[in-house]
Amino acid sequence: MRDLPVDGDVSGNAAGPRRRDGETLPVVLDQVGYAARDAALIGDLSLTLEGADVTVLMGPNGAGKSLTLRLIAGLLKPTSGTIRWAGRETPLRHSVGLVFQRPVMLRRTVRANLDHALAAYGVPRGARAERIAHLLSLAQLEDRGERPARVLSAGEQQRLSMVRALAADPDLLLLDEPTASLDPQSTAIIEGLVHRAADAGVKTVLVTHQRGQARRMAGEVAFIHRGRLTEVTPARRFFDRPQSDAARAYMAGELLV
Amino acid sequence: MQDFGAAFAEAFRLIVSGDAALMEIVLLSLRVTFTAVFFACLIGLPLGAALAVGRFPGRGAITVFVNALMGLPPVVVGLVVYMMLSAAGPLGVLQLLYTPTAMVIAQTILVTPIVAALTRQVVADLNAEYDEYLRSLYLPRGRMMATLLWDARHSLLTAALAGLGRAFAEVGAVMIVGGNINHVTRVMTTAIALETSRGELALALGLGIILVVMSVTINAALMSVRHTAERHVHA
Repeated sequence: MRDLPVDGDVSGNAAGPRRRDGETLPVVLDQVGYAARDAALIGDLSLTLEGADVTVLMGPNGAGKSLTLRLIAGLLKPTSGTIRWAGRETPLRHSVGLVFQRPVMLRRTVRANLDHALAAYGVPRGARAERIAHLLSLAQLEDRGERPARVLSAGEQQRLSMVRALAADPDLLLLDEPTASLDPQSTAIIEGLVHRAADAGVKTVLVTHQRGQARRMAGEVAFIHRGRLTEVTPARRFFDRPQSDAARAYMAGELLV
Repeated sequence: MQDFGAAFAEAFRLIVSGDAALMEIVLLSLRVTFTAVFFACLIGLPLGAALAVGRFPGRGAITVFVNALMGLPPVVVGLVVYMMLSAAGPLGVLQLLYTPTAMVIAQTILVTPIVAALTRQVVADLNAEYDEYLRSLYLPRGRMMATLLWDARHSLLTAALAGLGRAFAEVGAVMIVGGNINHVTRVMTTAIALETSRGELALALGLGIILVVMSVTINAALMSVRHTAERHVHA
């Protein structure tokens, strides 16, 4: 990751960080459950997200990690329990950035994708060009601005998706396996952006299956198995010795059913 | 067969010489059809998008209703518009019966359900892909619909084309509300019907050829625009 100068916050907002603790964080999940078609997909999940480090969500496929991320984003409402964003019942608009495993690219140019997001975040038209240039440079896509976003490589699309989420100057960044199937270069750029966001005070929740990435990024690890949180442990301790049987088996490479 | 041959020859002569009567009919047809499709798109595109994205009571019933209206019989539409615009009807005071405006109204009613139903399908498919992202932006429904309509614009050209095809080919409704009055409301389809019934095959054939050629040309041109634009966006 190149060391790019940043005026203001990570999104290129010259006015500096918009807000931090106290407006969205802490996010408190209290005995959260989510059921669909009578099947309990998440059960009794309690977790507090605060600070500006990276919480890595780990667990086998189908454990409920992506669902948990969508609950934290406020895209889904829990069917039991509560979620509070700094005490509020809904997150503040544009305070949560979300990056999906499969990036959603509007059928527009790269620049127009960023412009659309900035317009949605309420950035005045006159201020957008400078912000877009900054974001393109963060994603190392300076020469791709006029290309249709959907013809970018998977790595380039995900980098665009990443800076598009950061463009809101969020308090909380939720990443759903953002580097799955990406090459090392794109992975490094995205991890660099996460570090940069953390330096700017953004709390990140990262879902990943890549243990190397989890080791590089995690401040703490939350392990989910069958829709239940089995432990939340500081990263070093987790990788030395997971506390729960499920996490131990998972880290040992055993099949979890 | 000799009569048909002579009719074809005369039809081509009328087309090549740019016969004034023929051109008048063609131009009125184009004006009525494109105006009707314009208004149908103005109503049908947001209506279709609202049915695709909106969450309101009765949405399912309205969707079924709009889909059913795609097969609306033109003569029934013509009859209803006739009753509305006739002197004894609620809009009789506007004195629109037997004018091109009445024909535009009838065709707009016929084309709008087609545009709306196809738009709903196209936008719903795109929304399945965009939904979570757009919701994560906290876009209000109106902005969501605008984003989806803009990004689906190339596919929606097909909806407009389908409407254009229906309007071009339509004869029953415009015959009833327009009256097929020479120099006033005579369009290609009504003129073909009239000239055929009178045995004037040359003019009918000439108009028929122009109708088919225009229909194919407009479709080809718009499809070409769509493919070029799609290449630009999707490369």
